[in-house]
Amino acid sequence: MFDFESYHKAESVDEAIALLAQNPKSIPLAGGTDVLVRLHQHHQDYRHVVDIHGLKELKEISKNPNGVIRIGSGVTFTTLTEHPLITGNIPVLAQGASSVGGPQVRNVGTVGGNICNGAPSADSAAPLLILNATVVLKGTQGQREIPLHEFYQGPGKVDRMESEILTSIVIAPENYQCWFAKYHKYAMRDAMDIATIGCAGACNIEGGLVNQLRLAYTVAGPTPLRCWKTEQIAKGAKADESLLELVKSSVLKDLRPRDSWRASKDFRQHVIQTLAQRVLQAILNQCGEVKP
Amino acid sequence: MNRNISFTINGKSVTLLVDVRQSLLEVLREHGYTSVKEGCGVGECGACTILIGNTPVDSCLYLAVWADGRTIRTVEGETRNGDLSEVQQAYLDAGAVQCGYCTPGLIMTSTAFVEKNKDNTSISRHDIKRAHAGNLCRCTGYETIIRAVEQCLTPEKPNQDTHCKCKAESGE
Ligand SMILES: Cc1cc2nc3c(=O)[nH]c(=O)nc-3n(C[C@H](O)[C@H](O)[C@H](O)COP(=O)(O)OP(=O)(O)OC[C@H]3O[C@@H](n4cnc5c(N)ncnc54)[C@H](O)[C@@H]3O)c2cc1C
Ligand code: FES
Ligand code: FES
Repeated sequence: MFDFESYHKAESVDEAIALLAQNPKSIPLAGGTDVLVRLHQHHQDYRHVVDIHGLKELKEISKNPNGVIRIGSGVTFTTLTEHPLITGNIPVLAQGASSVGGPQVRNVGTVGGNICNGAPSADSAAPLLILNATVVLKGTQGQREIPLHEFYQGPGKVDRMESEILTSIVIAPENYQCWFAKYHKYAMRDAMDIATIGCAGACNIEGGLVNQLRLAYTVAGPTPLRCWKTEQIAKGAKADESLLELVKSSVLKDLRPRDSWRASKDFRQHVIQTLAQRVLQAILNQCGEVKP
Repeated sequence: MNRNISFTINGKSVTLLVDVRQSLLEVLREHGYTSVKEGCGVGECGACTILIGNTPVDSCLYLAVWADGRTIRTVEGETRNGDLSEVQQAYLDAGAVQCGYCTPGLIMTSTAFVEKNKDNTSISRHDIKRAHAGNLCRCTGYETIIRAVEQCLTPEKPNQDTHCKCKAESGE
């Protein structure tokens, strides 16, 4: 038995917002793969629940005529992995989603829960960061949109007000059209494991030169992080093997990996550099295949 | 904190009074569906796997109230008129059961996978492993489980080597 002190099932996002506003201690429950695990361990912070599981209005994925992709926060990892709008336009997010846990967790866990949980290891986070995703939040104060990297504030801490529901995640066409991207998760096991380090990269290449590079990591700091300095340095660099060395030599300056029981800081630093190279190599290979 | 919920389980419609705080695992076991096992209680082991529609779900991390209006399958419904399902039979043939604690959950995961991929000729061992990655088995070493699934997907050319090598090794 999960030790809820209060439980309300919301029939709509607006009702969920009203319920959250009534009780500042309450939290949204989506797939429950984080919340119910914590409740199983008798965590005190999750005992007032507003159930948004299965709300249809949060389950949609759409692309408008301008190419803007909108992903409902209640979309599961399995749907992200299989949906043609995702696999066809932003396969890097499908790669992130398919690396989560095992099938049962992917069938229930949602992308909104993954982001709002604020874990530095969230597998959808690095792909969404390099897609310059915007999160849409709705609460009693109205609706606001902020870049995902600003939504992250610290370990387990996101910029969500008490009454707010993350309704959708938006990706603009200029952030995926003409980009090549790749996510690589390094974990101790091939499945059912939290990333030791996760790395997503994207490159926009023109005439053999890097027009823009984007690089983001999980478990390499208190939150998932973009590598802003390295991205600056890579501007205009040659899009060949030399890029790999350039990025490798710079990337650690952007990140703050820690020692933990899962892995030492030294090892994480090594994996960070190795993944930068692997991800960039995969991206260069993709470019090669498209423009021989 | 009680609610009435209705769902279909193994082809039968039921209405039950449940506490909103209960997991579907607890409710199913209370009502006699004891094939559904609790291993870890936190989504790691898959012993509690059931199908919601045709989708494998860990019932330990699934509120009972979420089952309202859904269709559920557990191993209890897989044997019809005394005949084992194809997947159950394949598990027996392959020697994929030892202590059996993980078996009901694994059978449901395999059943969903086999039904989804019946006509898919390009399934690899890797696909089978990935589909079963959420189910732990402490006994079999997985090899026989993978073979059972292979047998269901390619019944015309049964694997000659279905009898487990470990039996010879362990002297059974
Ligand atoms: C066995 C197991 C393995 C796992 N492996 C991985 C893994 O490999 N990689 C990984 O990244 N994660 C993993 N997870 C963690 C988890 O599955 C994900 O973080 C998942 O995305 C959480 O989504 P959920 O819908 O289940 O969230 P919930 O548990 O419902 O919620 C998580 C948090 O987000 C909040 N929330 C949820 N939805 C909203 C919303 N729409 N608006 C505002 N707040 C919201 C909740 O209040 C809560 O604080 C694993 C979990 C388990 C149990
Ligand atoms: S008991 Fe549900 S996954 Fe282990
Ligand atoms: S047969 Fe014993 S755990 Fe799988």
